[in-house]
Amino acid sequence: MNEDPQHTAPGPSDGPEPLLKLRGIDKHFGPVQALTKVDLDLPAGNVTGLVGDNGAGKSVLTRTIAGVEQADGGQIYFEGRPVHIRHPRDAAALGIETIYQDLALADNLDIVQNMFLGREELRRGLLDEDSMERTAAQTLSSLRVTTVRSIRQPVASLSGGQRQSVAVAKAVMWNSKVVLLDEPTAALGVVQTRMVLDLTRRLRDQGLAVMVISHNLNDVFEVADRIAVLYLGRMVAQGPASGFDRQSVVEYMTTGSADGERGSGSSSGN
Amino acid sequence: MARTGDGGPVPEPPTSAASVAEDERDPTAAKATAEVPPEILAQSFGEYVHAWWRRVRSGDSGVLPVVVAMVVVAVVFEIITLQHAFLRPSNLIYVFSLSTVYMVLAMAEIVVLLIGEIDLSVGAVALLGGVIAFKLVQNPSPGWPWWAAIIVALACCGLMGAIQGTLTARLRIPSFVVTLAGFLLFRGILVVVLGGADGAVGVSAGVKNQTVIYDLVQGVITPTAGWVILVVLVLTVGVALWMRASARRRSGLVAPPPGLIAIRIGLVAAIGVGVVLISSVNRGTSLVTIQGVPWVIPIVLVVLGILTLVLQRTRFGRYVYAIGGNPEAARRAGVNVASVRIWAFALCSATAGFGGILLGSFFFGQYSTNTADPGQLVLYSVAAAVIGGTSLFGGRGKPLHGVLGGFLIGGIAYGVSLLQLGDLSTPLQYILPGSVLLIAVLVDVVSRRGTATGRVLRA
Repeated sequence: MNEDPQHTAPGPSDGPEPLLKLRGIDKHFGPVQALTKVDLDLPAGNVTGLVGDNGAGKSVLTRTIAGVEQADGGQIYFEGRPVHIRHPRDAAALGIETIYQDLALADNLDIVQNMFLGREELRRGLLDEDSMERTAAQTLSSLRVTTVRSIRQPVASLSGGQRQSVAVAKAVMWNSKVVLLDEPTAALGVVQTRMVLDLTRRLRDQGLAVMVISHNLNDVFEVADRIAVLYLGRMVAQGPASGFDRQSVVEYMTTGSADGERGSGSSSGN
Repeated sequence: MARTGDGGPVPEPPTSAASVAEDERDPTAAKATAEVPPEILAQSFGEYVHAWWRRVRSGDSGVLPVVVAMVVVAVVFEIITLQHAFLRPSNLIYVFSLSTVYMVLAMAEIVVLLIGEIDLSVGAVALLGGVIAFKLVQNPSPGWPWWAAIIVALACCGLMGAIQGTLTARLRIPSFVVTLAGFLLFRGILVVVLGGADGAVGVSAGVKNQTVIYDLVQGVITPTAGWVILVVLVLTVGVALWMRASARRRSGLVAPPPGLIAIRIGLVAAIGVGVVLISSVNRGTSLVTIQGVPWVIPIVLVVLGILTLVLQRTRFGRYVYAIGGNPEAARRAGVNVASVRIWAFALCSATAGFGGILLGSFFFGQYSTNTADPGQLVLYSVAAAVIGGTSLFGGRGKPLHGVLGGFLIGGIAYGVSLLQLGDLSTPLQYILPGSVLLIAVLVDVVSRRGTATGRVLRA
């Protein structure tokens, strides 16, 4: 059942081993099977677009990688080693950062405070604000997030795209290697969407493995180097974005298979 | 959406300059600017005043309303009281002494309000804490040293808070139910500890070891010592502000303009000089001279300093604000949310216990079952916190708000009692603070709605 050809089809720039590799991940909630033998590769220096209809299991898969949920079966490999991610802390220790759709920013705290939340720097037992402010400013400028007026302004005063940028900067400040973005452009306008997609490309250019979960095929085709399609908890297609077109992705998303097999991106729907 | 061609090559990504320009056109950008604290953008004094005024007009007025209200209350009571007695130095000192209890209880309440909860038991916990401390210094038994008695009383209160916090944080029982039950329970325990419905306990100035507790509110520093303390305080604050700003400027960070720092130091000095001058007037009778700064003023400043340090310069404090703003964000950031909540309740109750010790000292060292109504204490402390500018919905506020709000509430309560309205006096003791609280909550809700709408617009 699991001789999917997509694993033999490496992404455009992936090395000998994907940075993060999932094999045969199973997850069920009571009688509901949310994920069935899901395989997924996230190579470094690539943006992988994870698409799928509502209820296809995108969020569960993301939460499994992030350590919020634990898989019932299967194995996760990080840099080739088998790892167990039982807690968000474990994921953070490996360098896996997740940016959820709701961003999880505290509106009443400023940008620096949000970026360092949970990992504050201390000096003589007290918060070292100046050091944190410098680091935050460097991270934001390395991502070319230049539209905020001051990094000491509360997050409540930021626009949607700026908030997304802060969430991304927060995630990558910790030498992370894998970044998962859950619906990063949902509820953003045209300008803000462009800002976030540019940022996503910059993460890839810095050599990170990026996964973008999205409903919006425009966005996925714009930034993704690789595409992975979930259908009812199964990974029905995975491969370089060049092997897909809109038509085939939509068919995979809605029926689990594509009529015309297209290039290396296709696979058996089973 | 943003794409021009279908499946074609990605259009040229805009340069960062272009994206800045596009963002400037964002209609919500102007509103966003207004919410930014003025000191982080302004580089000159003029800019600062301008930014500050814009922020006030956008609804985020900080401590301005409570300061204005204090001036209004002072002027009104001065005019309508008999013999225009309200602003006499002796009365002002008395109002401050009376208010210290509300100030400390309000600061306690703020800790819990910041995490988005409420503690209705602060009044009962305060009385219990005061009575425990007073009981422990009774001679000959148990005859504890005053400092040990205070520490144990605060620890007991902290434990009561921790228990209530555990019920709220672990079992997810709404805090107002838990602390309402706690309020009744502790009130009952208070009667037992006092030894029955007409039990009483007291400390007096004459007894060694009890003097310190008696003097917390009643004692005074000589005017000379008051001036010395003031000079030391102003110098410390000034040097600290100045060094911090220059350290930030050295490392390339934005710092408030020097003119602003000078004004802040000047403000602290002016208030301090005013307090010491007022305190130096003889407020005793023709037989007994009473002059000098009451101990309780530096004591309240110390409580304010400790709580401000804990809430704004420690990890725990940062998590308190984060939980008030977005508990889910705190949880995902790896913060042990339940533990921070429990500690916040414990800190609140321990602070309240100290307020209770001050309360006993204010009533000339006497505690009985009807010394103070714990229900009224709770309402006044919540009112003081909210009037001072702390949000009832969590995440916004600081200990200073409790001091300002407590002073206002104390001023109103005392002013009403001065009016000698007879039968009207008692109802007004409740009606006036109640109305002020309602107005303060309305301001809080409206300003929150303002930012919430802004957020929807931006999303």
